[in-house]
Amino acid sequence: MSALLELKGVEARYGPVQALRGVTLEVPEGSIVAVLGANGAGKTTALRAVSGTVRRTGEILFAGKPLRGGPESVAKAGIAHVPEGRGTFTELSVLENLKLGAYTRRDRDLTSDMARMAEYFPWISERGGQRAGTLSGGEQQMLALARALMGRPRLLMLDEPSLGLAPMIVREIFRIVRELNEKNGLTVLVVEQDARIALDVAASAYVLEVGRVVVSGPSSEMREDEAVRRSYLGY
Amino acid sequence: MRVRRSTLRALALFAVLTAVVVVLPHFVSDFRAQQFAYVGIYLTALIGLNVLTGYTGQISLGHGAFMAVGGYTTAILMADHGVKDVWTIPIAAAVAGVAGLLFGLPAVRLSGLYLALATFAIAVATPTVIKRFDGFTGGGSGINLFGKPELTASLTPVEIFGLKLNFNNWLYALSWTVALIAYVLAWLLLRGRTGRAFRAVRDSETAAVSSGVNLALYKTLAFGISAAFAGAAGALFAIATTFVNPDTFPVALSIFLLVGVVVGGLGSLAGLIAGAAGALFAIATTFVNPDTFPVALSIFLLVGVVVGGLGSLAGLIAGAVFIQFMPLWAQSVSSSAGAPTVVYGVFLILVMFVLPGGFAGLLGRLESLTRRGYDRSSGS
Amino acid sequence: MADFVQQVVSGLASGGVYGSLALALVLIHRATGVINFAQGEMATFSTYILWTLTANHGWSYWPAFVVTLLVSFAGGIGIHELVIRPVERGSVLRIVIVTIGLLLLINGAMTWIWTGEVRYVQGPFPTRTIDIGGVAISLQDIGTIAVSIGTVGLLWLFFQFTRVGLAMRAAAVNPAEARLVGVRVTWMLGLGWGLAAVLGAVSGMLTAPSTILDPSMMQVVLIYAFAAAVLGGIDSPVGAVVGGLLIGVGLNLLGAYVDFIGSSLQLPAALAIILVVLMVRPAGIFGRREVKKV
Repeated sequence: MSALLELKGVEARYGPVQALRGVTLEVPEGSIVAVLGANGAGKTTALRAVSGTVRRTGEILFAGKPLRGGPESVAKAGIAHVPEGRGTFTELSVLENLKLGAYTRRDRDLTSDMARMAEYFPWISERGGQRAGTLSGGEQQMLALARALMGRPRLLMLDEPSLGLAPMIVREIFRIVRELNEKNGLTVLVVEQDARIALDVAASAYVLEVGRVVVSGPSSEMREDEAVRRSYLGY
Repeated sequence: MRVRRSTLRALALFAVLTAVVVVLPHFVSDFRAQQFAYVGIYLTALIGLNVLTGYTGQISLGHGAFMAVGGYTTAILMADHGVKDVWTIPIAAAVAGVAGLLFGLPAVRLSGLYLALATFAIAVATPTVIKRFDGFTGGGSGINLFGKPELTASLTPVEIFGLKLNFNNWLYALSWTVALIAYVLAWLLLRGRTGRAFRAVRDSETAAVSSGVNLALYKTLAFGISAAFAGAAGALFAIATTFVNPDTFPVALSIFLLVGVVVGGLGSLAGLIAGAAGALFAIATTFVNPDTFPVALSIFLLVGVVVGGLGSLAGLIAGAVFIQFMPLWAQSVSSSAGAPTVVYGVFLILVMFVLPGGFAGLLGRLESLTRRGYDRSSGS
Repeated sequence: MADFVQQVVSGLASGGVYGSLALALVLIHRATGVINFAQGEMATFSTYILWTLTANHGWSYWPAFVVTLLVSFAGGIGIHELVIRPVERGSVLRIVIVTIGLLLLINGAMTWIWTGEVRYVQGPFPTRTIDIGGVAISLQDIGTIAVSIGTVGLLWLFFQFTRVGLAMRAAAVNPAEARLVGVRVTWMLGLGWGLAAVLGAVSGMLTAPSTILDPSMMQVVLIYAFAAAVLGGIDSPVGAVVGGLLIGVGLNLLGAYVDFIGSSLQLPAALAIILVVLMVRPAGIFGRREVKKV
């Protein structure tokens, strides 16, 4: 399986603070990869570096080609980034959020996609006109996910989808992600604090610490290695 | 008693400035002296506006209105009550100060653009309100002070310390005396707890409150103080122009005051005399008639504070000079109608692009460059 | 009673003008957080263009109207690109000064190009009145209401039902997230300025027939537009239009029926409204209360 996304020695900083100190990782096409680590390890920054939200140095290849430009061009290239905190347009309606997800698509026929979303998230079709800000945290996360999917991305990046959500909802979200990956071959890069649930769905994982990759490998290995679990994953 | 080095420096600079101010009239023509007198007047207003905008971060597009309060107080006192011009100044300042407090209190809840809008509304309303209450203010025809005995040196030169001063020179002396007193007062006020509280308000209201700063008190106080300074400037303005009417204090005045403060650069109260001298680069000769561009004058004052640099004395002087002379220079570039205004507008925009910290920012950078050189050479 | 209806109708006409300009202010404020003090001057400039086309080059009204709108649109985008973008991320104060500089620049340019001489712009509507239920209503008033409401309506349709309109709304409320879905936020902001310029142009061209055209024509209207925007809620497009109509009708009625105010205190009355609203309920009628507990 070739790598859909590759990061080679990527560095990024926020002013004087160096957040990424040479991160190298790869996401094979059609797989789910998790990025784990403690707070401040640089996980979110890694995603931001890919989506062009933060300036970085180093190489990033998407489908073998160098990825350049800001978030707009990255979105156009087929990468959907669901940021920390969901990133829903709270002032707009559920339906409008979904429509925006498809913004970069040339074909305008969204009916089949809307139907698919209704399948995954049945409540969406009933609450299309509701203002997104009035949804619960879990619903907003699902809406963010749905919005990302509307763009038919090749790569889906999720930043801490479990944050602030009840375990049941988190499980549901990850179940959907796994289904999308297994049925539709969607490539997923997920950043998570909750290592346990991430390792359940991901095929492989990278652990970041202070902006560097310290451990990586197939999830099964990570799960079994007690030392790794204790020192890096917190359980 | 250990005196801080920064205090010494400030005092030295102040002494130099005073010397320059005292000596200048001997080198310039009578007419120029009058122009520089206006610089002193604007400087007083800018010092006040600086307290408000530079220190507590409250934007005012309406300080021309407080100048109007001061100016009309002076005019009424002189014309109707026979008060000598000099003594009207503190009274005008007090009245304007009270007006500032009255406005400042309800305005505490406003911030940023909303406050700018509210003060803008006051500035626009002022000429009309003055006209409406004409029994009091002389309405549209205004109050004429020319030739009144209360106006010092208006008809015959006045003698002070053995010097014979005609009107322009007297005006120069008076306005700069007031400006320097204003500066000292502001400096004393801002170096202590009050100044720190003001800055705390500007930097973060939430942080200020959690450190026990009474927000409403300090914000209102800042308004009152800055209005008082503006009132004193307004009083001087009335004395200088020997005449007040509703158009003496148009919206333009308020806007230019703010522009003056911002272009100068928001900053702290210490500055380079060199910068001020450089800014004192007088170029043109005709004073823009506020009637041809009423909105302009208020804007000029704001521009002056900004151009001068909120805080830095050199900056403020630069700002005052900017207010006075920029329109004239613009006019010398092209005197066809409207062109000077275009030049002014373009210059303003460019300054905001290039010098976000205003001239004081530039001065600050120069200062840190020279200081670094000094430290290196002294082997530290 | 007839008099009252007349006052209301002419109040609605002025209100349409104020509302259009207020909407321009709100659009720009929502998108870029800037209060464009130069909006009035931009509107006046557009009106001068109309005048030049019709009076100088003999164009008939409506083609000139449309061309003026197009030029204004381009001008708005241009101004955003050249003057506003460089300082967009700076402090509030800096942006205020820049728009003030813009005000001066445009005002001076108008005096320079067209001199301060007073000009007259003929409106497209006949100046006679028609009888509706025993009340003489001015056709010009009806036309003004129709054009301003029509423009606002078209704009509303654009924002609600087109892809670009949706993208603009998204960019205004959440620029960071909008980028992530591929919206070119900077272009959207420019577009916002373009549309605001169009609204301003409409406002100016509707104002001109009932007054004289000179560089200061829209200065007072700008104040009324501020009052309308503040009253309706500085971030609410609906509020801007409703506010405009309320101000238009309200001031007209106040001026006609309250002696103290008469016609000379209408401007301070509008300013008083600004002050009162800002003190009592800064969010305006339709704005959302920003809770800042300190």
